[in-house]
Amino acid sequence: MSEQSHSPQESAEHPIIEVIDMHKWYGDFHVLKDISLQVQNGERIVICGPSGSGKSTLIRCINRLEEHQKGRIIVDGTELTNDIKNIEKVRAEVGMVFQHFNLFPHLTILENLTLGPIWVRKTAKKDAEEAAMRYLEKVKIAEQAKKFPGQLSGGQQQRVAIARSLCMNPKVMLFDEPTSALDPEMIKEVLDVMIDLAEEGMTMLVVTHEMGFAKSVADRVMFMDEGQIVEQNNPHDFFDNPQHERTKLFLSQIL
Amino acid sequence: MSDLMTNPPIEQMKPPRRTVGVTGWLRENLFNTWFNSVLTLLTLYGIWLLFVPLVRWAFVDSLWFSSAEACRDIEGACWSIIPANVSFIFFGFFPDGQQWRPLLTMLLLFALVFYSKDSKHWKRSLVIYWTLGLIVMATLMYGGVFGMPVVETAQWSGFPLTLMLSLFGMVFAYPLGVLLALGRRSRLPAIKSLCVVYIELIRGVPLISLLFMSSVMFPLFLPEGVTIDKVLRAQAAIILFTAAYIAEVVRGGLQAIPRGQYEAADSLGLGYGKTMRLIILPQALKIVIPPSVGILISAFKDTSLVVIIALYDVLKTTQVTLSNPQWMGFSREAYLFLALLYFICCYLMSSYSRKLEKDLHTGH
Repeated sequence: MSEQSHSPQESAEHPIIEVIDMHKWYGDFHVLKDISLQVQNGERIVICGPSGSGKSTLIRCINRLEEHQKGRIIVDGTELTNDIKNIEKVRAEVGMVFQHFNLFPHLTILENLTLGPIWVRKTAKKDAEEAAMRYLEKVKIAEQAKKFPGQLSGGQQQRVAIARSLCMNPKVMLFDEPTSALDPEMIKEVLDVMIDLAEEGMTMLVVTHEMGFAKSVADRVMFMDEGQIVEQNNPHDFFDNPQHERTKLFLSQIL
Repeated sequence: MSDLMTNPPIEQMKPPRRTVGVTGWLRENLFNTWFNSVLTLLTLYGIWLLFVPLVRWAFVDSLWFSSAEACRDIEGACWSIIPANVSFIFFGFFPDGQQWRPLLTMLLLFALVFYSKDSKHWKRSLVIYWTLGLIVMATLMYGGVFGMPVVETAQWSGFPLTLMLSLFGMVFAYPLGVLLALGRRSRLPAIKSLCVVYIELIRGVPLISLLFMSSVMFPLFLPEGVTIDKVLRAQAAIILFTAAYIAEVVRGGLQAIPRGQYEAADSLGLGYGKTMRLIILPQALKIVIPPSVGILISAFKDTSLVVIIALYDVLKTTQVTLSNPQWMGFSREAYLFLALLYFICCYLMSSYSRKLEKDLHTGH
């Protein structure tokens, strides 16, 4: 909980994520255009923008769920190329939370959490289970450990999904619209977990429409439109003093 | 939630009972209009007409343990054909005096299958039990040790042959089918096209022709002096045939798994093999339990086709019994018995698959 040095200026070492002049196409459609981005250790970035602007695609490129065709992406010193070993290495260090949770329905909550540590990290089962229970307590859901995902509510499932990623001790967490598939009364319980995580100094890239979360947690808010990063700034200036017409239009529609 | 409302809460009520007792059900479903009452009575009369002679033939006028001569004088069924020929029907040409060996083999097999039924027993030890069991069964059948005379596979016949061909057919065809299904969805063009060609080729050919090929054509391609056992060749043909069908069913299951499951597994850093083994296949195979049991049941019944390459399965041994002049003419009884035998096996398979589906259900 202690206030660590999150701000990008203070941690001046090399960035944990570096995207350099990156382009991506779906067939002939140019979804991401000349994206350059640096994320420092401990930085919290919120990415917003209209649907179809490429914001989900961008963070899915960072753990190679999507392939980029031009430019470079370097995560924690490892460049993403076609080398499958490098890809798996990066994926193990980068946690991801999906809009539709994507828990494994045939495994219990506890098994969902221990699967990665046991099979990827080669942790002993007992240690993995102990760690999993700690994370389940952290997301306030330890009593559900023996249940199956299908028996939990959406908000509970998303908290389990966050815990599942945390069990891998990731250096970066990616959130792809984590609250968009939830009923309104469940959004807060998920956001609370994310706020806790941010306060502990986790590096986070969050695609979301929750502007309240962006205002209170983000170090930097990024606005994307038509595959480009249009504007990025600290939340205060971003919301109070947007520079671009498209940003102003978007904010007027969403706020 | 109801305590937040200002209205007084409504007490919980039981759902209305639709029927009152047996008579209520009868009245509501069978005698609710005069037309339905007439239909009910007519149907009952029809059943009576059919049922009475059948029961009289099968149970009242029938003989169960008699000689063939005694059967010639009666109106009813001559079930005696079964007990009188039981050892030949079940064990065929397995030498007399040695038939305790296939009997013991079958009992051992049943015990193993029964033990494997429980999903709690699905551990590594199960593989060891099966390996040991198979060695013991093979020794029992073939002999050559502990003073048991050698019995060539050509003499293996009857029910143990049927069970063996179908059980090993299923056990080996299933993993092969899964591999073929994965191969067909592979991104590597060579593997993919190989699997497509295999599956389509096998599915485009009847099992009979595969059996013919394995027994007549295949030996022609072998170098001189090399022979592969006939039973083994038939077994291989059944495995290859069933696998192609299993492959397509499993592919259907794989396609039903949402992309998010792959993505979640990928994002944890699981490789292809672990993703398939731990995440995708357990879900896909559960989905395809009903159609794959359908295939296994039909594979079980298809083993009777091995008669065309002169293997004596339980159907053929029954036919041979019927060609014995003493027992000629009692084919109704013999085939009814055989139908019952096949039905019991198939019904056990399908009821087990329903139980398995229930056991593996995780509430989604």
